[in-house]
Amino acid sequence: MAMVEYQNLFTQTQVRGHPEAGIPSEKNTWSRAGRGGFSYLVGVIGNAQIGPIYIGGLGFASIVTGVLAINIIGFNMLASVDWDIFEFVRQGFWLALEPPPPEYGLSFPPLNEGGWWMISSLFLLISVLLWWVRSWERANALGMGKHVAYAFASAIWLFLVLGLFRPILMGSWSEGVPYGVFPHLDWTAALSIRYGNLFYNPFHALSIVFLYGSTLLWAMHGATILATTRLGGEREIEQIVDRGTASERAALFWRWTMGFNATMESIHRWIWWFAVLTTLTGGIGILLTGTVVDNWFIWAQDHNFAPSYPEAYPPAPIPDGANDPSWNPATLPGMGGAELPAADAVMQGESN
Amino acid sequence: MKRQIFVGAAVFIGFWTLMFVAWNLTLRTPLVQQQIGYDGVAMTQVDFADDLAAKENDPIHVAPEEVYPLGDGDLEGERAGDIYENVQVLGHLSDAQFNRFMAQITEWVSPEQGCAYCHGEDGNFAHDAYYQKIVARWMIRMTQNINGNWGDHVAPAGVNCYTCHRGKNNPDYRWYTDVSAVESSGKLGWKGGGNEPGIGLATLPKDPYTPFLLGDAQIWGVSDYVHPGQEGTKGTKHTEWTYALMNHMSIGLGVNCTYCHNSRNFGSWEQSPPTRTKAWYGIRMVRDANANYVAPTVAVNPADQLGPTGDVSKIYCTTCHYNIAKPLYGADMISAYPSLQAPGPQPWPTEDALMLDPKPEEASLETGTAVQ
Repeated sequence: MAMVEYQNLFTQTQVRGHPEAGIPSEKNTWSRAGRGGFSYLVGVIGNAQIGPIYIGGLGFASIVTGVLAINIIGFNMLASVDWDIFEFVRQGFWLALEPPPPEYGLSFPPLNEGGWWMISSLFLLISVLLWWVRSWERANALGMGKHVAYAFASAIWLFLVLGLFRPILMGSWSEGVPYGVFPHLDWTAALSIRYGNLFYNPFHALSIVFLYGSTLLWAMHGATILATTRLGGEREIEQIVDRGTASERAALFWRWTMGFNATMESIHRWIWWFAVLTTLTGGIGILLTGTVVDNWFIWAQDHNFAPSYPEAYPPAPIPDGANDPSWNPATLPGMGGAELPAADAVMQGESN
Repeated sequence: MKRQIFVGAAVFIGFWTLMFVAWNLTLRTPLVQQQIGYDGVAMTQVDFADDLAAKENDPIHVAPEEVYPLGDGDLEGERAGDIYENVQVLGHLSDAQFNRFMAQITEWVSPEQGCAYCHGEDGNFAHDAYYQKIVARWMIRMTQNINGNWGDHVAPAGVNCYTCHRGKNNPDYRWYTDVSAVESSGKLGWKGGGNEPGIGLATLPKDPYTPFLLGDAQIWGVSDYVHPGQEGTKGTKHTEWTYALMNHMSIGLGVNCTYCHNSRNFGSWEQSPPTRTKAWYGIRMVRDANANYVAPTVAVNPADQLGPTGDVSKIYCTTCHYNIAKPLYGADMISAYPSLQAPGPQPWPTEDALMLDPKPEEASLETGTAVQ
């Protein structure tokens, strides 16, 4: 039975033969691993060929340090449920490797009070940076531009601000992010509350604009290309230098609907910049939080950025002593108190 | 292969369609919103209608009838302290009032065991052989203190024993100090105070009660200043502890953050609803009760009443509130019971306020006599 099938670059017939080996490169320190193979399912969503893969010295070191970091996190989580593998799975989303408590400031804390967090963070940092160098090196080996590396660097900027730059500026590793699924979300909420609501941080606002803008632009671009593939629209690179009817129609469509159109070339710059600016502005916003601005809501009020609303209920009467500035941090665990159960346990552990 | 993909996609879509239908159309009744703020600013209480209905129909939230009302002249006559031996707290009551209160507290706290819960079965009502009696004294005194000195939180409804006990020896909701997540025993696995399913399933510190509701650690979460340098070393971790306590309050009262706070700036009193002031006094009231009335009874409590660190169970918001904003839906718990409205004239604490007499069976064992 004859089968009619719609074909374009995105629903290509999967050809089987010798895997494509790619161009030879003299800039490799290692040879590529494996001979490559094919997967139908992978071919449905992309190129059916898998491998050969290039790991290289940088990639190898990055994987080793990354695995170390994740294992330190994982084994701390496992130890926190008394090495019970079922509890580890059951409570998995709640578990975390926690940064040191505030009492240790920027000093190196005891191993089991944030020390593991420091070590894990160091390995994670090395791993991510090595992977970044690798993304640069691989692009270099192929004679490509460094756009991927720069975009990755923008994400790493936010990562560094959260875990390294800001804790140092704040003078305490306790301002770092816990490694855990729900714990880092609860931490995010607490950070926002502590610094007077991050939604009034204009860089946070910009970051959200670029984040949502990225998804919008991606949807617009993806839809435009898919909608013009029957006219050759998926051959974007050719359309850049030799504009055909697909480009003409796509452009006309957007001029009709919103009066302006990006070009086959500029739309990719639009999307790249939106993505890069998401973490770039986000990182700036986090870096300013607690270092320059302590309460973003009050800042926003001072700058006519936060609106006032008509009073709908009488404001809360302020009780006598509600704004008492006296503060004894020692009364909270981990805040430098002498009667701290945690501190006692550590001292016992060391003397044993 | 392609058929498998289509089948997989169909199963996936079908599953989520079923989930959507089940969740939105069958399992839950509509959301009920109660707006207190200006339009569009989310100062709103949000509940499922069936949740609200279940609470409203739950008999736990119904205040009991008086055992017998005070009659004319019941407040007159000889004082209980002059009639009975060893009356340390309620000696200023009339005989009728005193006995009525004893009948009432039995209904409130030990309806199954009756008088024997505190007084034993040997007919000696004067001796202090049972820890329950000693604790009851402290709890009566605590209740008088709450009604007499913490009207900012409990007026006009007031509290009596039933507000917490609901006919049981121990209130349903109470807490022990828990240092398990704070301790860092061993070489790894420290939890930083939380990082397990805790209050409201959050990963925040699991025992904010000890520092905030027994101790008087400052409840603080938001900077009051636009620029840094004014708040000392207070950081995100401090906020996490306060946040944990606030989660408890939210659950204990069955309300959102916005019941007491304008969530766009939690710290601002100017934008908070007046309920926040009520809650502020509530926290101080609980501290007073825990530190001065509940915790000291550890001296007489038996081991099976103690927690892992050797403390007695203590009170927090849920102890009275039972997960609704006003305990017993605001029923008047106090005006019928003058004996609980304010501390009595007797000095407190008396010197032997936390000492147990030997139990009758112990005393008789010492002398070698058989107990009938």
